Amino acid sequence: MKKMITTLIGGCAALVIAGAAVAGAVESLRGDQELPDLSKEPAKRQQLVVRGGIERSYKLQPPVIPHEIEKDEINLKVNTCMNCHSEKTFEQKKAPKVGDSHYVTRDGKVQGTLSSRRYFCNQCHAPQVVADPLVENNFVGAK
Amino acid sequence: MTSGGKKGTFAVLVVGVVLGIALWGGFNWTLELTNTEQFCITCHEMEVTPYAELQETVHFTNRTGVRATCPDCHVPRPWIYKIVRKIRASNELYHHFVTGAVDTEEKFEAKRMQLAQTVWKAMKDTDSRECRNCHKFNSMNLEKQQSRAADAHDPYYWEAIDGKEPTFTCIDCHKGIAHSLPEGFDPTWNSPETTEQ
Ligand code: HEC
Ligand code: HEC
Ligand code: HEC
Ligand code: HEC
Ligand code: HEC
Ligand code: HEC
Repeated sequence: MKKMITTLIGGCAALVIAGAAVAGAVESLRGDQELPDLSKEPAKRQQLVVRGGIERSYKLQPPVIPHEIEKDEINLKVNTCMNCHSEKTFEQKKAPKVGDSHYVTRDGKVQGTLSSRRYFCNQCHAPQVVADPLVENNFVGAK
Repeated sequence: MTSGGKKGTFAVLVVGVVLGIALWGGFNWTLELTNTEQFCITCHEMEVTPYAELQETVHFTNRTGVRATCPDCHVPRPWIYKIVRKIRASNELYHHFVTGAVDTEEKFEAKRMQLAQTVWKAMKDTDSRECRNCHKFNSMNLEKQQSRAADAHDPYYWEAIDGKEPTFTCIDCHKGIAHSLPEGFDPTWNSPETTEQ
């Protein structure tokens, strides 16, 4: 019995050591960084500005953002995107108004102001950077 | 007049001039000392929120390495306006040492709308004079600006080129350029054509 327990413990220890050795050999996508460390900042790139907007790839796609958004703030207090994209200002700012869907609550009610479901714009709309595609392709959007 | 009397007057004059220079210099020296960012952020009220937020913006670090400091935007350069602002600033001393009006982040946020409105009004009244110490419509190259910016500036650029007073001023459209906007900011406040001025 005693012998069996010692073998068992020995076996377990061996497994743990072997496991650690194997884990050390695997390199995750984050590179050789320790888990608690922040990931390395990617190289800074300029944000892409395209007059007239960027073509959508499929219907109902949230259009990507054709301008810089570095200065914009979205937090509990303010949403500066709405300085230009709100129903009150879009005409003067020559900006497209947020889509009609942005005024619909989760119960399907249409309200006069932005629905809280659409408050965090960059959850769906992403800015673009000046960069060539990593892989060449001949994809054509929905138009 | 006796020659002794003449000497006396002269002495008084010399002493007066020397004293004048010393006082005047000392006055201007204090003025200069208190006109630095280092001085502004000796008060934690100014450091914790306004300075921290400024560091996130283009006026702190940018492509060209030109910086705007607190006095660049908040203290007038023409001497007389500077004095007026300094006298108003004694209100800040009072609130710092006596009332502690904004000595926590919470109190600062609660009062921010009022403070911001004071600044907006001052800038509107001076046609954004402090911004224009560095930026001018007629020095802008609209072709080099983002399309959004060029479209917005175009009419006022031409007004400035034609020697007219531009209909709108920088702060009409650029509120929130250096610090976070206060809670309750209405989107139309950066769209002067839609708001009654
Ligand atoms: C200073 C005004 C302004 C602000 C602030 C602003 N935008 Fe825009 N936005 C515009 C204008 C003008 C256009 C149209 C650009 C064009 O077509 O050349 C635009 C275009 C867009 C489009 C493309 C729409 C389409 O149909 O292709 C999206 C998406 C967008 N903005 C999202 C945002 C988000 C998200 C924010 C906040 C992070 C924001 N915008 C802040 C002015 C603004
Ligand atoms: C949950 C995802 C989501 C969020 C959050 C969201 N959008 Fe959209 N947005 C969409 C989709 C999907 C479309 C395209 C379909 C439509 O128009 O509803 C769209 C369309 C738009 C358009 C183009 C409208 C047009 O008529 O061409 C603009 C501008 C826009 N959004 C701005 C914003 C802004 C500003 C915010 C933040 C206040 C925001 N969106 C938040 C998903 C989202
Ligand atoms: C003695 C501490 C102190 C110093 C130093 C100080 N401030 Fe302030 N500041 C305050 C306080 C306190 C308030 C809030 C006043 C109130 O509640 O009305 C304030 C308010 C302000 C405001 C908003 C209200 C207004 O009247 O414009 C601005 C702008 C400002 N300070 C800029 C500056 C600048 C620029 C400097 C440096 C030249 C500076 N402050 C130095 C304590 C200080
Ligand atoms: C000390 C000089 C100085 C003063 C004063 C100043 N600015 Fe600037 N401003 C700059 C510099 C430098 C840049 C960055 C230029 C660059 O991109 O390299 C800049 C950039 C900007 C931008 C572009 C922001 C962006 O994200 O690209 C705006 C808008 C602006 N300033 C508005 C203002 C307004 C409004 C005021 C007055 C409240 C003001 N500035 C006062 C020097 C100044
Ligand atoms: C009618 C509104 C309006 C007025 C008035 C105005 N601007 Fe702008 N400005 C804009 C818009 C919209 C943008 C583009 C979005 C942004 O950067 O906020 C812009 C962008 C800028 C930029 C960045 C340019 C770029 O290519 O990114 C600078 C710098 C600037 N403004 C400075 C000023 C100064 C200085 C004044 C006063 C002399 C002024 N603006 C007056 C609306 C205005
Ligand atoms: C580029 C110009 C600029 C610079 C630099 C700048 N400010 Fe401001 N400041 C403003 C404007 C514009 C406002 C009006 C509120 C707004 O639009 O966000 C303001 C508002 C304030 C307020 C009122 C409260 C608020 O948040 O609105 C205080 C306090 C203040 N500034 C202090 C400072 C201090 C301290 C510094 C230096 C660390 C500084 N500012 C640097 C432009 C500037």
